[in-house]
Amino acid sequence: MQLAMFSYFGSAILISALFVLYFRNPIYSAMSLLAMFMHIAGLYVILEAEFLAGVQLLVYAGAILVLYLFVVMLLNVESRGRFIQRQTPIVVGVGILAVVEISLLILRTRFYPELPPIPHPGVETLGNTETIGMVLYTQYLFPFEIASLVLLIALVGAIVLAKGKLKFR
Amino acid sequence: MSFSAVNILGTMPEIYLTFFGCVLLILETIVPKEKRSWLGYFTILALVFAMIASIGLNGKGLPLYSGLYIIDPFSNFFKITIYVGAIITVLFSLPYLEQEDIHHGEYYAFILFSVVGMMVMVSAGDLITLFLGIELMSLCFYVLVGLKRESHRAVEASFKYFLLGAFSAAIFLFGISFLYGASGTETISGLAAFISNPGSLKPIVIAGMILTLVGFTFKVSAVPFHMWTPDVYEGAPTVVTGFMAAASKIAAFAVFLRVFWVAFSGNRHEWDILIVLISILSMAVGNVVALLQTNIKRMLAYSSIGHAGYALMALLLPNRESLFALLFYVFAYMFMTLGAFGIVLMMRKKGVEGEEISDFVGLHKRHPLAAFMMLIFMFSLAGIPPFGGFLAKFYIFYAVVHAGYVWLAVVGIIFAAIGAYYYLKVVMAMYMREPEESVEVHMTPMGKIGLALTAGTTLILGIYPAPFVEYIKSSLALFVP
Repeated sequence: MQLAMFSYFGSAILISALFVLYFRNPIYSAMSLLAMFMHIAGLYVILEAEFLAGVQLLVYAGAILVLYLFVVMLLNVESRGRFIQRQTPIVVGVGILAVVEISLLILRTRFYPELPPIPHPGVETLGNTETIGMVLYTQYLFPFEIASLVLLIALVGAIVLAKGKLKFR
Repeated sequence: MSFSAVNILGTMPEIYLTFFGCVLLILETIVPKEKRSWLGYFTILALVFAMIASIGLNGKGLPLYSGLYIIDPFSNFFKITIYVGAIITVLFSLPYLEQEDIHHGEYYAFILFSVVGMMVMVSAGDLITLFLGIELMSLCFYVLVGLKRESHRAVEASFKYFLLGAFSAAIFLFGISFLYGASGTETISGLAAFISNPGSLKPIVIAGMILTLVGFTFKVSAVPFHMWTPDVYEGAPTVVTGFMAAASKIAAFAVFLRVFWVAFSGNRHEWDILIVLISILSMAVGNVVALLQTNIKRMLAYSSIGHAGYALMALLLPNRESLFALLFYVFAYMFMTLGAFGIVLMMRKKGVEGEEISDFVGLHKRHPLAAFMMLIFMFSLAGIPPFGGFLAKFYIFYAVVHAGYVWLAVVGIIFAAIGAYYYLKVVMAMYMREPEESVEVHMTPMGKIGLALTAGTTLILGIYPAPFVEYIKSSLALFVP
């Protein structure tokens, strides 16, 4: 069952990723990207990482993709033809190189720690969203606070850079 | 983690600065435009507060927030150095911002927040905290660099820095994820324990190490990843350039050292060849390309690349000598770089900055004091004896020779000799030629204090370094939880 789910999501991710590259119209590419994000979220669900799946949908599909579409609309990118005809040989070569490199890296690495048997505690465990919440506000409290500061900076910085000289002051 | 007051007390300096930064953001809207300089004094006050709090933490070694944040003499040294750098920057910026018409109150808040980012960097105990610190600092700098919005160069510099910085952050994060995937931990001490296992040298760990190395070398602007430096240093407002060249580089060296000495020391021989390579390349590119520059900001940018090369040599052998050499080096480097940029930003030429080397021609006749200060900084950067830069280079080469890399020290000295040429070119222009253009030096009391601090420290570091040496020796302790 899990294998069937994985092969469905995996192949859907591959195909939609290829479509992202092949479509010449950026809107189509963005939509294929959306399909890919959805299927990645599905992959997270079968790994029982439902929090990650939710974040994936919210952040990537909800925020980043919408931003991307806005940019496409504002720039009014024109598109000729439906598909890209061919890639340059260099791109293909680099792509193959990257695939070989990553597969070598994965094959030659013995991951550590060797996966320990999953403990089955008597009490009911918390779901993964709850656990992340617990860890985030206790053990990782400090980085969490720093992240909030980073967001504040991004907000104020964007305004400082974007606003012109205020005339009325 | 059981929450305790120690965590709050230990991070009091950071909390102070964050608080004062937010207060500045509010005050900016209240304070009328003519009284903006009060915000600068307020910033200095905030930094002094934080410095007092940090001095109170001197000599302690404790892990806070379950080991994610480390207070130790090493990080305290860097924090105090960074406060001093920020204070000098604010002193320089008071008249400069007014002249350039970029006197926003947010500038001061961003200086404070970037200082917080650097503090988080230097005492981060795990790679996630470290990454967030780097991001906090970089985001502030992206904005500060682009503050002069109507200037074409500033916008280009800011945009370039932002794009390349985002890439380097992504590469760094990728490296962290490799390390985490291989070891199952992202704390520095956990990684150290994992990597010291003899069987841990897997390709994925090495890939992670190289990617983190890329992230750090970008931040210290060492050679294969130095491309952004000249353009950004040239385009940014000169105060920001000085602050970037001094403080952010120092913080980057601190994390570089902590991660590579503590976490990766188990397989030192895997990476020290990379460090040697990067160091030689940085010295070569930095010193040789600087010979051709006509813009003094670009020249100082290449000089800072070369200095990154020297300082990197101290990372080769993890022992007390190298640690002392690096700490002394960054300490001396900060004062002389800040001072050199301080002189540059005071040069005015018909309402714009005089930032060409030709603007320095005959400065001795027109403004002997400024010319003499510049002479101190140039001699010190070149490593000529009675100044701090000489001792800094001396300690570095001493440590390198003790690490068994005599040939590397020789290479370094050759490049230092080449580098002396372009520093002396500026001195020659100031002292040996008659003034031509109408360049004037715009000194204000605050700027004078800043120059006195930097030039004085550079001088004292060379003539009577004993108190500083004692102080640095007392902070040679990396705490490993």
